[in-house]
Amino acid sequence: MAVQVDVPLAPTRRHRAAALFRAALVPALAILTALVIGAIIIWFSAPSNRGTRLEVVVAAYRGLFAGAFGSRVAIANTLVEATPYILAGLAVTVAFKCGLFNIGAEGQLFMGALASTTVGFTITGLPAIIHLPLALIAGAVAAGLWGAIPGYLRARTGAHEVITTIMFNFIAFRLVDYFIVSGPLRDRRASLPRTPFIQANAQLPRFVGPLEPANLTGGQEYRPLIVTTDPGWNIRLHLGFLIALLAVWIIWWLLNRTTTGFEIRTVGANPEAARYAGMSITKNFVLTMALSGALAGLAGAGQALGLERNMKSLFSSGYGFDSIAIALLARSNPIAIIPAAIFWGALNTGKGEMQALTGISSDLIRIIQALVIMFVAADQIVRWIFRIRQAHGEQMVFSRGWGK
Amino acid sequence: MQGTVTQPHVSSGGNIRRGITRARIVGTIGIIVATLLIFAITSRVGADKVSVLNIPQPGAPQNQPLFRIPLPTVATVVVIQGLLGVAGLYVALRQPLRWIAAYVSAVIGFAFFTILLWAVAGSSVDLVDVLARVVRLATPITLGALAGLICERSGVVNIGIEGTMLFSAAFGYIAAILTGNTWLGVLAALLTGCLVSALHALLSVNFKVDQIISGTVINLLAVGVTGYLRGGFISPYEQSSGATLTAQALPGLPIPGLAQIPVIGPILFNHQPITYLMLILVFVINLLLFRTVWGLRTRAVGEQPKAADTVGIPVNRLRFWNVVASGLISGLAGAWFSLESTFRFDDVMTSGRGFIALAAMIFGKWTPLGAFGGALLFSSADALQIKIQGFNFGLPRQFLQMLPYLVTLVVLAGIIGRARPPAAVGKPYEKG
Repeated sequence: MAVQVDVPLAPTRRHRAAALFRAALVPALAILTALVIGAIIIWFSAPSNRGTRLEVVVAAYRGLFAGAFGSRVAIANTLVEATPYILAGLAVTVAFKCGLFNIGAEGQLFMGALASTTVGFTITGLPAIIHLPLALIAGAVAAGLWGAIPGYLRARTGAHEVITTIMFNFIAFRLVDYFIVSGPLRDRRASLPRTPFIQANAQLPRFVGPLEPANLTGGQEYRPLIVTTDPGWNIRLHLGFLIALLAVWIIWWLLNRTTTGFEIRTVGANPEAARYAGMSITKNFVLTMALSGALAGLAGAGQALGLERNMKSLFSSGYGFDSIAIALLARSNPIAIIPAAIFWGALNTGKGEMQALTGISSDLIRIIQALVIMFVAADQIVRWIFRIRQAHGEQMVFSRGWGK
Repeated sequence: MQGTVTQPHVSSGGNIRRGITRARIVGTIGIIVATLLIFAITSRVGADKVSVLNIPQPGAPQNQPLFRIPLPTVATVVVIQGLLGVAGLYVALRQPLRWIAAYVSAVIGFAFFTILLWAVAGSSVDLVDVLARVVRLATPITLGALAGLICERSGVVNIGIEGTMLFSAAFGYIAAILTGNTWLGVLAALLTGCLVSALHALLSVNFKVDQIISGTVINLLAVGVTGYLRGGFISPYEQSSGATLTAQALPGLPIPGLAQIPVIGPILFNHQPITYLMLILVFVINLLLFRTVWGLRTRAVGEQPKAADTVGIPVNRLRFWNVVASGLISGLAGAWFSLESTFRFDDVMTSGRGFIALAAMIFGKWTPLGAFGGALLFSSADALQIKIQGFNFGLPRQFLQMLPYLVTLVVLAGIIGRARPPAAVGKPYEKG
């Protein structure tokens, strides 16, 4: 049911455009509906000293857009924000393809960040060309193993991954809390609970920007690829963004151009048929969840090595949970993850400007995001509002019961 | 998937199955756990240490217990875990399939008891207080499991229970601080639960959205909306009104007379209102499900919707209202968090209890009494970790806090393969 039926004939450019339009129509309308409802909420909660209600609504969305795309720094911040969303959204997408619902991206992200930070600050004296990949791989492997366990449990015991991955989330939070707050990884000199800063050679370097002074970073000098003191080029965009784009391409290739990907999609579409064809369901479940976990782990590693440079006890801001929304928004198409993640990142980046311009609480964005999630997941509502017919073979099925 | 395909019931003494079977894994793990615990306790605790379990007289001061049970720590643990190890050997060799669930529960339960004895070695603990706490903490899990059960028995998966609880906890608390009346808060929580569940019903029954996705949407919505409410409304309101908040948590209601009975009194008859309601609901829903027309129809719709439809039961209408009714129960569970256990609302304060409730429901094989048993298992993990944080126990608190989640995993992986969900669960019904 989840397979897209590929048309064997080479599609013309016009066919492709039409297919793209059809695929993007419902998500776009879902976003539009959520923004309209957001506008209604702003209309009713508009403060009286900022002009008419209509002016406030316009100013709010103008502020949101300007905050996200209005300047070079704003665009860079949006892309920085989109980076973990791309990787974590990809993680959820890969699991979707195998008929698995990975709600554990958040915990896997924590484990990845913890592992790569640990490798980043405990090992010293390695050149960047070895240290950085080592730290990234550590994050991916740790999170991959963390994700593989629920996959194995699902395949061998039938324990549903929706519950087990949530349990693994809670266990991961406690584990990270132990290591950072009271455990061996805490930087004893710091007053706030956090790990020491990673070695400069383990950082994911920024593309452009000033040198970061060593007195603020625990003695480490983080050097961007191009050093400049121009404040207009003080942007946080780091190498992790390229890694995320690369991951999108690799996953697209893996899913659509390799035998492994074919097996994953077949198991997702019809496990019985897959088993009949001689594919191992256990192998594919474990492999898919390991891959999914590794991607989420890379998202965490990117945040730790590219932005934070250490790990605090209050680390993620729900990237793992929002990634479910992004995967749904992208209709589990790896390429579509990129615009979906940038949209989500733009909402997060622009909300501060929106609040500054209109006095509307930036928490409103959380409501708009929640509405987008609802309309995207329950696209039948959108289809019903806009009278769009359901195309054939578009639905995904996860409710397969608990024991089978 | 494979390996869990329903095998025919093999009574003990029947043909022994070969290879790596569930019974062999469970038995082996039981033996390993018993060995580890015996090894740990003999190496870490002195042989002369005594753990004292106190049974207090209700109303009397703590230092004058009714009974004082001194147990030599090491010897007691060695005997109990030794017996469990032998039982594990029996399970692994003879593969008595119908005893596996009981054995897993025994391993978990006695592991808790061992940890408790270990933590209080050389000191004493009020055993009745621990047990009363187990019942109290079972409240949200049991209620969540009952809510899930009503939905699933009629064929609708509801993983949105966690979110429904969170919504209810937030709106119940808001109503309570606005009106100054906690009972109105409970009412608001019930209403919220109904509305949120109605959304799930609308999406999954009417619009036929995948039920897992619909539930996840509710969970995500709950985190977003309640976070917005706490940051944008609850916290500012609390600060501006300062100490003038008049409402407080639901009062304890010891039942006169009964609460004075030693042991049973504090465990069953000295609680707050929602805990009593939970205890009553377990039996009421059991009765409704297995002894009324509604119960029969619900089960029919969950097992064979087509047949039910043929005899004139409105499948989708019944499912819709069952899901809405389950919202009442989830709403009550939500009220427990913000209005009974404490009078406060925190972000994501349900901390996974809605999911643990589903595990309890599966553990109880979709029966109310069984679900209550599962909830007691999980809540004893909770009670244990809270209780022994007061003692100077070797493990850091974070590892103790993992206990409920770890137990859930073990139970799901160890038992669920034997559980058979209602046949039509998760499948939207379409006439025709």
